[in-house]
Amino acid sequence: MTRTKYPVLAAATAAALFLGACGSSGDGESAAAEDVPGVTDTTVSVGTHQPLTGPAASGYASISPATKAYFDYVNANGGVHGRTIEYTVKDDGYNPANTQSVVRELVLQDEVFAVMGGLGTPPHSSVLDFLNDNEVPDLFVASGSPTWNQPEEYPYTYGFMQDYDTESKVLATYVQEEFPDATYCLFGQDDDFGADFKTGLEAALGSDGLASSQVYSTANTDVAAQISALQAAGCEVNFLASINGFSAQAIGTAAQLGYFPKWAASSAGGDYNTLASYLGENTDKLLEGFISANYLPAYSDAEDEWTVKFREINDEYNPGAEFDGNTIFGMSLGYLFVEALQEAGENPTRESLLEALESGEIKGNGHVPLGFSADSHAGYTGGMITLVSGGVQAYTGTPYAVDGDSVSPYTEERPAMPENGIPQ
Amino acid sequence: MDRFLFLTVDGLARGAVLAAFALSLVIIWRAARIVNFAQGAMAVATTYIAFTVTSATGSYWLGLASAVAAGLVLGTLVERTVMRFVGNTSPLNSVIAGLGLLLVLQAVLGMIFGNGYRAMEIPFSSSPISIGGISAVSPYDLFIFVCIAVIVAGLGLLFTKTPLGLRLRAAAFAPDLAQLLGVRTSRMLTLGWALSSAVGALAALLIIPTELGLNPHALDTVFVYAFTVAVVGGLDSAGGAVAGGLAVGVVLSWVSGYLGATLAPIAVLVLLLAVLLLRPAGLFAMTKERTV
Amino acid sequence: MTPSKSLPAAAGAAAALIGLTFVLEPFVSYQLATVCAYLCAIAGLTVLTGSGGQLSLGQAALMAGGAYSYALCANAMAEAGIEGPVLLLAPLAAAVLGAAAMGLVIGCAAGRLHGPYLAGFTLALVVAIPAVTSTFSEMLGGDQGLWITVEKRPDALRGTVSNEQWQSWLAILCAVAVMAVLHNLLRGRFGRQLRAVRDNSAAAALAGVNVARTKIVSFTVSAAAAGLGGGLLAYVTQSASPGAYSLVLSLYLLMAAVIGGIGSLTGAVWGALIMVFLPHSINSFTADLPVSPDLAQRLDGNLAIAVFGTVLVLVILLAPRGIQGLITAAVRRFRNSGTEPLPETTAGTAGSTGSAGPAGPVPGTASLPTKLSTTKGQP
Repeated sequence: MTRTKYPVLAAATAAALFLGACGSSGDGESAAAEDVPGVTDTTVSVGTHQPLTGPAASGYASISPATKAYFDYVNANGGVHGRTIEYTVKDDGYNPANTQSVVRELVLQDEVFAVMGGLGTPPHSSVLDFLNDNEVPDLFVASGSPTWNQPEEYPYTYGFMQDYDTESKVLATYVQEEFPDATYCLFGQDDDFGADFKTGLEAALGSDGLASSQVYSTANTDVAAQISALQAAGCEVNFLASINGFSAQAIGTAAQLGYFPKWAASSAGGDYNTLASYLGENTDKLLEGFISANYLPAYSDAEDEWTVKFREINDEYNPGAEFDGNTIFGMSLGYLFVEALQEAGENPTRESLLEALESGEIKGNGHVPLGFSADSHAGYTGGMITLVSGGVQAYTGTPYAVDGDSVSPYTEERPAMPENGIPQ
Repeated sequence: MDRFLFLTVDGLARGAVLAAFALSLVIIWRAARIVNFAQGAMAVATTYIAFTVTSATGSYWLGLASAVAAGLVLGTLVERTVMRFVGNTSPLNSVIAGLGLLLVLQAVLGMIFGNGYRAMEIPFSSSPISIGGISAVSPYDLFIFVCIAVIVAGLGLLFTKTPLGLRLRAAAFAPDLAQLLGVRTSRMLTLGWALSSAVGALAALLIIPTELGLNPHALDTVFVYAFTVAVVGGLDSAGGAVAGGLAVGVVLSWVSGYLGATLAPIAVLVLLLAVLLLRPAGLFAMTKERTV
Repeated sequence: MTPSKSLPAAAGAAAALIGLTFVLEPFVSYQLATVCAYLCAIAGLTVLTGSGGQLSLGQAALMAGGAYSYALCANAMAEAGIEGPVLLLAPLAAAVLGAAAMGLVIGCAAGRLHGPYLAGFTLALVVAIPAVTSTFSEMLGGDQGLWITVEKRPDALRGTVSNEQWQSWLAILCAVAVMAVLHNLLRGRFGRQLRAVRDNSAAAALAGVNVARTKIVSFTVSAAAAGLGGGLLAYVTQSASPGAYSLVLSLYLLMAAVIGGIGSLTGAVWGALIMVFLPHSINSFTADLPVSPDLAQRLDGNLAIAVFGTVLVLVILLAPRGIQGLITAAVRRFRNSGTEPLPETTAGTAGSTGSAGPAGPVPGTASLPTKLSTTKGQP
């Protein structure tokens, strides 16, 4: 360094050369003047950010291949208005810093038409402003946070999942009907997930409805302290606002302590197959009577036309991948996008896509209605209870619709599956 | 009082597994003056081998034996193929090489075994035995305590009572002098890596069933806490690792139980700071401080 | 180089880089902005760890300190109705001060630790970040972090300058300023004292250097640089969240510093470039590999990480002094062969070969470290 008299300048020059090389290697083919980003005569490109690597990958990495399989299936059947869907998946490892970078790459470099199914509250929160500032449709965020439903502030963002507030009210209503005199408690994550869930439960059960409320941190897998406190408080029904790994940890730890309460879990931590992979051979015994809520077709239901179709698509376009809740979730996301794109017209624009969503014509494939309208961007607005019995997680009773603090049975039929499982 | 006892015992059990893993860090520090950032990933790799063997044969003990054997082999391999060639221009280089290995190992494990969690079997029940109405330790906790006692005693004997241990220590503390005296220091270094990796493998096999399960990232947080434990105890001291492990485990449990789980990492930081302010090289630091 | 000389050099560098942004696509401008933000933090680490010999894994925590200081200050000002250049600059100052205060406290607490003990303490620090943001979630926004109201580019520039380009300008100016300040610090009395303490603290103390104070100052300076980097990231991304400042970031910053060459500030530039562009280009490369869907699913993401890890190990094995070490060696050999090139152009051409370095370091130069030992601890 002594010899290089101007290190700062030298470094800058070197950096300039390096960047110049990078910049010029960028593709020049996007030069063709198009009015709508990401839409050509033959293609529509969409992108997403997913945790394909890192600790969060275990629960979610199988979602985007399912979405891709569904798009491949639609493309093989002629696409949407003659256009095939190009689906770009970027790995962000559930790290907001990476999300910020890959989403900018999708929008600025790849010039996608829309971003869909971006996964996780902390990662997606970090690109919410960017997507809305750039007027990029930000559809069907895969997270239960109510953040995505703020049409005034974030007109380009739409939710998908039942939010934590809705979900907790559905679970609370069912539990109160089934176990009216029991002592209710909560085991929740120490972030917005746990906090939103608690607020929802207290709205439904009353402000003193929870006898004990314990939180855990993902930084510490030992939850014996919290579980023993629930046991000591005499809790008979425990709500779980926890991700799958910690739901399993809670249930397993309780069993070790000889404590066998009822469990009522958020769908974020209530998937039977996933829990079984954590719990091992004792799963059936530990999960008997396990309560959760969902809204999509059940993967265990061989009679459900959607499930049958999705399984068929999975076998053909996603061979070797397990067929589970994540598969249904990924394909349902894909289905909803195709439905919106169909509705957006022969020559879709970002505006016509959003108009289609606000029109109320988009029905999805859930047991409960979507909340999409001009003044709501909420995803599925209710839920249906699932119960585990004999090692099978299946729906029970009728779905609940949630509107504010009121929870009522929802009796309308679920939308029938269009021919071939492709929106017409 | 019951709750206090419960939390304390739970913390000791948790601390014991952290101590087990911290021991493997201490061994490699003593042998090579390296904090091996790849230790967690190496131990996960051997646990996958144990998992595969146990699944194929149905025997936990065969799995355990194969994990330890795989640990010896992997430690040797890492030392002979990578660490040996890391220049000694800066102690940082071995840290970076370890981090590089960590990334490679985790990615390769993810490719081979997928990202999902797998439940692991344990040979003894993990339900606490109730004595006089107060639930105490579980048989599995006892198994862990016994394993650790065996490791510590074994290492103590090896390092203080055998000629091999003397050569190992000589090679670590005064490599040039040791070489002059006829100790084959490079062989000793390899042996240190193999030993450390084997202890890490055993520790991982004990720990992972108490965590969420087997996954390429299963030991990420364990590594962080174990490193903290080793620092609290003093990186040179096996006894320090055990004491540090139990201390950290108990603090984690008390804080989670009385103040809330969120505060636990802050409590560990405070504990670490308190210990290091009083003794900058850990609780059980050698009287004469060595510069690194 | 004295301050009077380094000032024009810094101005020239900033002008060159800002000029460059006019030919870059917006996404590359964004990447350039992040390079500059990380460069601040890595340069800080180069001072602390390279010149000061103190191994810290806590640089991400200090960046977080800067980012949150920026967020709190900017949001408070926006709430009070303040706009314009003040809303742009005051939060950056807050980021520097906030992180420097953190660094000062850490320096006082950890100044007498060294080696792995300091590493362990700073590791625990960075791991505690999410716990801190959760505990004070009212103020710090918990897991989701804070959204930040930022002062966007002036209206006059709209239409001609993209938002990303504007962000990169701010980042370039800050990074160049940090580099110039740190460069002058290291050249001066503080730098000499720092190296003296690193090489032999007892001897330094005998020579009248206040060892404890030097260490504390180095922590503070390093933290201030990291804080500015964090503040820049907060500005560019309009958010501050704990997940973005994890242990992983700390480790990547350290890797970048060492791979770039921790012996000199120029190495930090290579490190920052590699940190942003290497994973990105490996990802683009591996994403296009023609493999079966089943295999693709296994390789997705994992392959890129495996390649990145392998490159790290190879660089450390083949170029233990990092990329800057390779370049210095190449320059030296070139000089020894008798030619006398101009200093600036030397660095320029060396730079362009260096950019190919991480993929395949020149084998011939790998055996040079022994000769290089004379450059260590230069005055």
